[in-house]
This record gives sequence, C-alpha cells and structure tokens, in this order.
Amino acid sequence: MSEHILEIRHLSKAFGSHAVLKDIDFTVDQGDVTTIIGASGSGKSTLLRCINLLETLTTGEILFHGQDVSKGRINSSAYRAKVGMVFQSFNLFSNLSVLANCMIGQQKVLRIPADEARKRALYYLNKVGMAPYINARPDQISGGQKQRVAIARALAMEPEVLLFDEPTSALDPEMVGEVLDVMKSLATKDNMTMLVVTHEMSFAKEVSTHVVYMADGVIEEEGDPAKIFTNPENQRTRDFLKRILNQ
Amino acid sequence: MISQLFTDIGSLWAKYGTVYLTGIANTLILAVTATLIGCIIGFFCGILQTIPFGANEHIIKRVLLKLIRIVIRAYVELFRGTPMILQAVFIYYGMPYFFGVSFKDIWTVSIIVVSVNTGAYMAESVRGGIMSIDPGQFEGAKAIGMNHWQTMLYIVLPQTLRNIMPQIGNNYIINVKDTSVMFIIGFSDFFAVHKMVSGAVFKYFPSAFMEMGGYLCLTLLASFLLRRLEKRLAGKSNYELVNADQLVMTAGTYHYPKEAGSPFEEINKDYKGEKQ
Repeated sequence: MSEHILEIRHLSKAFGSHAVLKDIDFTVDQGDVTTIIGASGSGKSTLLRCINLLETLTTGEILFHGQDVSKGRINSSAYRAKVGMVFQSFNLFSNLSVLANCMIGQQKVLRIPADEARKRALYYLNKVGMAPYINARPDQISGGQKQRVAIARALAMEPEVLLFDEPTSALDPEMVGEVLDVMKSLATKDNMTMLVVTHEMSFAKEVSTHVVYMADGVIEEEGDPAKIFTNPENQRTRDFLKRILNQ
Repeated sequence: MISQLFTDIGSLWAKYGTVYLTGIANTLILAVTATLIGCIIGFFCGILQTIPFGANEHIIKRVLLKLIRIVIRAYVELFRGTPMILQAVFIYYGMPYFFGVSFKDIWTVSIIVVSVNTGAYMAESVRGGIMSIDPGQFEGAKAIGMNHWQTMLYIVLPQTLRNIMPQIGNNYIINVKDTSVMFIIGFSDFFAVHKMVSGAVFKYFPSAFMEMGGYLCLTLLASFLLRRLEKRLAGKSNYELVNADQLVMTAGTYHYPKEAGSPFEEINKDYKGEKQ
C-alpha cells in the first residue's frame, strides 16, 4: 500500500437532513499542492473543516499516514498539531501579540521551551515578512498582515500538511497579492504539502499540482490543472470555469 | 444644626476612631478576599459548563458533563435566589445540626458565605463572557492542537476577563456594601461598628453619617482603581516596529529548521553570495 499523507475515504457530512458532502474520496501525497475549487455552498470549506476534525463526519474515514483519525480513538490534538489550518477570518488570538500568537502552540502543545519557540516563531514570521510587527496585537494590523501572521502561526507548528480555507476571501483586493505571494513561495520554494480551498483561479492554475472541482457536495472532476483549465471533461466544470474566468 | 453634627462626629471619632478603622479594614479584607475567591469559583464553573460534547462522545463522558452542568445550575439558582443574610445563618447555625461541627472562627464562615454567593453570580457572568468570545478563537486554538483547558486558560479566559471586568467591579462594590449583613453572625465589619457605637452612645445619625461617607469613599476608590485596571488590560494603543533583524547572528539562533542554514550559508534561500 502506498503511503499517502492524507487519504479521504467515502466521506459524507450532513447537517440534519441536509447532505453537504456526499461520498468524497481523494488523497494527498507529500509535496502536493491541491486546490479545491467550486461554487459557494458546494461543500469545499466543510470538507476542509472535516479534515481538520472541526466538524464530525457523518460517515467515512480520514487516514493520516494510513491511520484512521476520524473515529475519536486517537488524540485529535496531536493530529491537529500536524495538520495546520489557515482560516478565512484569520482567527488570530486577539489577547496575544503577533509573536505570542506564533509561540503559544509550540510551547503548550509541542512543549518547546520559550527561547526556542521564540526563535522558531521569528524564523517563520521573517519568512512571511511580518518580523517587524512582533509587538503588535492582531487588531492593530491589516487583513493581509493578519493572514500572513496566521500562516506563520500554522508554520511554526511545523505541520506536515497545511490547509487553507479561502485565505484571501476576506481581504481587500490590494492585499490579496501579498498573501498569495507567501503561499506561492511556500508551495514552490519550500515544497510544502498544501490543500487550498480558493476562488483565486490564477493560483489554482499556476501553483497547484492538482485541482479538485466540487459541486453540490461531490467531486465532479479532478486532475492536472492544465487539463482542468484547458480541457475539462465534465460539463459542469466547463460551465463553472467559463462563468468564473469570464466575469 | 450642622455645627452640632460635626462636633458629634468629632467626639465620636476621638473616642472610637480606631474601632471604625478596624471595621473598615475588616470590611475591605472580607470584600477583597471573597471577590477573588468568588471569581475563581466563577471561572472554574465557566470552564466546566462550556466543555463541549458531541453526540458521538463516550456515554459516560456525556452523562458526567450533563451532571456537572446540572449541579452548577442548581448551585447558581440556590445562591442567587436566596438572601445572603439567610445563607450566613444557614451555614453558621446549620452546621451543628447537619454535621455536628460548629465554626469557631467567624472569619472562615464569613469568607465562605460571601465567596460562594459571589461565585454564583460570577459563574453566570463568566458563562456570558465566554459565549461572547468569537467562535473563531476556539477554532484557531483547536486547529493548532490545543485542548479545551489550554484553549480556555491561554486564549478564551484572558479575553473573557477583560470583557467581564466591569461585572467583577460590580460584584466587588456590592460585596463592600453587602458584607454588612454578616453582622448577623457576629462579624465585626464597618457597619457592625456603627451598631455597636451608636448603641453605646446613642448618637445614631452622626455615626450613620460617618458610615455613609466611609462606604462611599471605599466604593469610589474601588471604581477608580477598576477603571485603571481595565485600561491596563486593554493594552497599549500603539506598538513599536522592530526594524532590527530579529534573526541577527547570535549563537544558536539558526537551528530552525536545521537544513535552512543562516543567510550566510549557501543552503539558505536568502543567501545572496559573498558580497551584495
């Protein structure tokens, strides 16, 4: 059996009688940059939240290095520490400084001593260009800066996979670029394994190695970005791309 | 006559000044201690009440958590719904009946009664405070692997504390005044001194006048200090940019991650060559 980092098997999620995800199957391998595209309400974000166990699955399983993490038998905290998440609304801890935001998880979850946690936090804040702002509080910096700090916070845990839940959707247009640049450099220079839910088609097209198109809770089509964007097989994919690229 | 009032107050003060001061000290010590303990009780109940449990949690855990919520609910309703003066009587005079023990120390009983009473109010304030925190804060903490206690202790409660600071101030001020009911079990606070002194020298109004002024001073001082504390908790309104490179070469700085190297080594992505 080949070792996938993440393997999603027959994942379904329903809120009450409303089925949001239906029988989702896909895998993530080391170094993959997978983008999940699709219209709003197609279940993209829910899928990502299920993978990070922020939502409980209705049926199906999530295998992390071949081990099922979805049943509550394993320590979900330890799993979450290895799978980083960047949210649409940043979710930085508003009582802590930028630096402390990037240190707290290392100290409390990974039990790294303060001085080492500080070095690591600074290393990653430097990477996203936020090192000068270490003393600021989250409510004192701009949206793009917040998202870059959030990325640094996730990176400081040195996760194996990084999940991005529409990281640029809550940003002003002029700030989208700075966040995408950071993500691009993570994907191309650091070879980070990433799973990105996004509406940024240029990112999906240029940076990702794999594109998943979702509609109404099912994966309609997936494959190479070049193929999906130039010659999609599925009619719905074609309609979606035509709509979003010609707007 | 106003002048008569002040002469009376003067003579009272000359004779019983230290007694009044001891009363004030006792009131303050009781109010401060009980408010602090009450806050701890409140925060503890707040954390326990907000432990999340889903439908697929283990049955024993679910039952246990449900039970905890019921017990806390009952505690809050009982102590919020009865007068503190009666709670004092119940605990002080009821103990010998139920457990055969009686409290020798009035201080212990008084602190227990006022703390437990304050805790009941604080439990609700803390619960409200926790509910007002953006769910994103919980998710952010969960996503980096923190458990419920860590999330609460380091992320949610510090923010809750800031939000419910006015409520804590309220409780403290109420306690400064309401500890006066502890005279029922013989606690000699500021108000008990009034009863004792006015009973001895029959100067009811001058003594009450002093009491009024005294209590008002205590509460005004508390309000002032609490405002200062609130401002401090809100943090600085500005921040310093750190322009110097935080990763400047110092021994041991560069080992995260090991393979990245320092900017002076070729393996580093930021390596710019021998000269720039």
